[in-house]
Amino acid sequence: MTITLSIIYLITTIAFVIGLKMLGHPQTAKKGNLISGVGMGLAIVATIFLHDFEVPSINYILIGVALLIGTILGYLIAMKVAMTKMPELVSLFNGFGGGSALLIGLVEFGNFSEDATQTSTIIAAIIIGSLTFTGSLVAWAKLNGSMKDIRMPNYNLINNLVILALIAFGAYIVMYDSTNLLLIYLLLAASLIYGVLFVIPIGGADMPVVISLLNSLTGIAAAITGVLYGNMVMMVGGILVGSAGLILTFIMCKAMNRSLSNVIFGAFGGGETAMAAVGKTGGTIKKTTASDSAILMNYASKVVIVPGYGLAVAQAQHVIHELEELLTKKGVDVSYAIHPVAGRMPGHMNVLLAESNVSYDKLIEMDNINPQFPNTDVVLVVGANDVVNPAAHNDPSSPIYGMPILDVENAKHIIVNKRSMNAGYAGIENELFFNQKTSMLFGDAKSALTELVNELKNM
Amino acid sequence: MNELVEFISNNLQLLYILILAIFIGVELIKNVPSVLHTPLMSGANALSGVVIVGALLVMLQAKPDDFLSLGLGFVAVILGILNVVGGFVVTDRMLQMFKKKK
Repeated sequence: MTITLSIIYLITTIAFVIGLKMLGHPQTAKKGNLISGVGMGLAIVATIFLHDFEVPSINYILIGVALLIGTILGYLIAMKVAMTKMPELVSLFNGFGGGSALLIGLVEFGNFSEDATQTSTIIAAIIIGSLTFTGSLVAWAKLNGSMKDIRMPNYNLINNLVILALIAFGAYIVMYDSTNLLLIYLLLAASLIYGVLFVIPIGGADMPVVISLLNSLTGIAAAITGVLYGNMVMMVGGILVGSAGLILTFIMCKAMNRSLSNVIFGAFGGGETAMAAVGKTGGTIKKTTASDSAILMNYASKVVIVPGYGLAVAQAQHVIHELEELLTKKGVDVSYAIHPVAGRMPGHMNVLLAESNVSYDKLIEMDNINPQFPNTDVVLVVGANDVVNPAAHNDPSSPIYGMPILDVENAKHIIVNKRSMNAGYAGIENELFFNQKTSMLFGDAKSALTELVNELKNM
Repeated sequence: MNELVEFISNNLQLLYILILAIFIGVELIKNVPSVLHTPLMSGANALSGVVIVGALLVMLQAKPDDFLSLGLGFVAVILGILNVVGGFVVTDRMLQMFKKKK
């Protein structure tokens, strides 16, 4: 490695740290992303041109073609996708990173067979790379709706046995048979299958946590391949992502008041408890119309909007902003209550509402808005369900018992917009809908809100 | 036990770097407002694309008649650069929206 290359890697590493730091503040975030991007570009260009190997020109051509294909494809996918689809896109790109790590491990296996440390890093890169690859793809498929949660009986036990077997298998290869290609393909297949098994039973409401965790694992895979090459920028960059992703995972778990092991191993809906919860609710619901809701809101002095994933699905973020502006003009105090895990990713609602130019200070976080609900005249819940389910407070048998929620039932009136009476993404009944103060406004979020806006305009 | 001691003494520098990097990562993220969690996750995801450097090293060192290494390396470079470019562009698009308002 030439000294110039080492210095450029050092600059890139510094760019990563500064970029990540700046990403943490709203004013500097955009610049931070740019800085780490430039750092990455530098590292890539320097790796290609500043090395001391003898490289045949055909390899250069292939590298150029691969870079060109990937850049164009990545750019197009990233630019074309709608803002509501962000979570699955992050998951998809993350899977690509994992796939890259596993292929590197595959190529390098056998090249370092005499050194146990290096064989272990290769094995680790293959296992982690494979499970993030298939795991992220499953997460992607589940988020875009083309794959459902599947829970086998005893999947916890099965998954734990599979991961232990994988580790034991890897250790066996390192110790006894570090040149056998057949074994490495077997290990590869088993790790790919484990990635599927790992993500498939996890409930939709827990998806943000899983994506964050997979993201962290991809970082670790990159760091491990960095150890293999003694490459500092891969090592430090990978570890940064690994630890940042992990801490983000814990922050999210905390927002749901659950431990990480509970998310992974105790996925929602051990069938019996879910059944019990369904049995307990019931009673009658009160339907309402757009014009009744409009009257209610028109004469309110304080309205709080609770957005959820339904808002994203219906692409109703612009209509809801229109509603908010209209009410504000009529002298109503309007704000948005943002639950930390509303939507499919942390901050999902913030991104969505920012797209329709909702002002920053109207978005109130859970701990600050909860004391305000008793003074609120109308709460409008749009496509949110589990984050406003009072069962989290008063039903110990509920799978979400103990999760902090938005205490909307303290408000004077609650209007819930939903497409139908189907249970939420976590598959749990919501007794809020049967509350005396609740009225249900059925319909797709976009058309229901448009109707509401039109009614308000006529008043 | 001896092997462990030997491993540690051989890789002391590496261990220092690993542990310090872990702490930096944790400190950088600890106090970020939840508004930025999604862009942050996306930005960190783009950074994990640094694995492309390894994919490039595979390609640079592959012999021209080693079709397996060349082929796998080729796919690894595509996947890696997809992660990098896609990750940064998506993050930028998300942050663009934060900037516009105000």
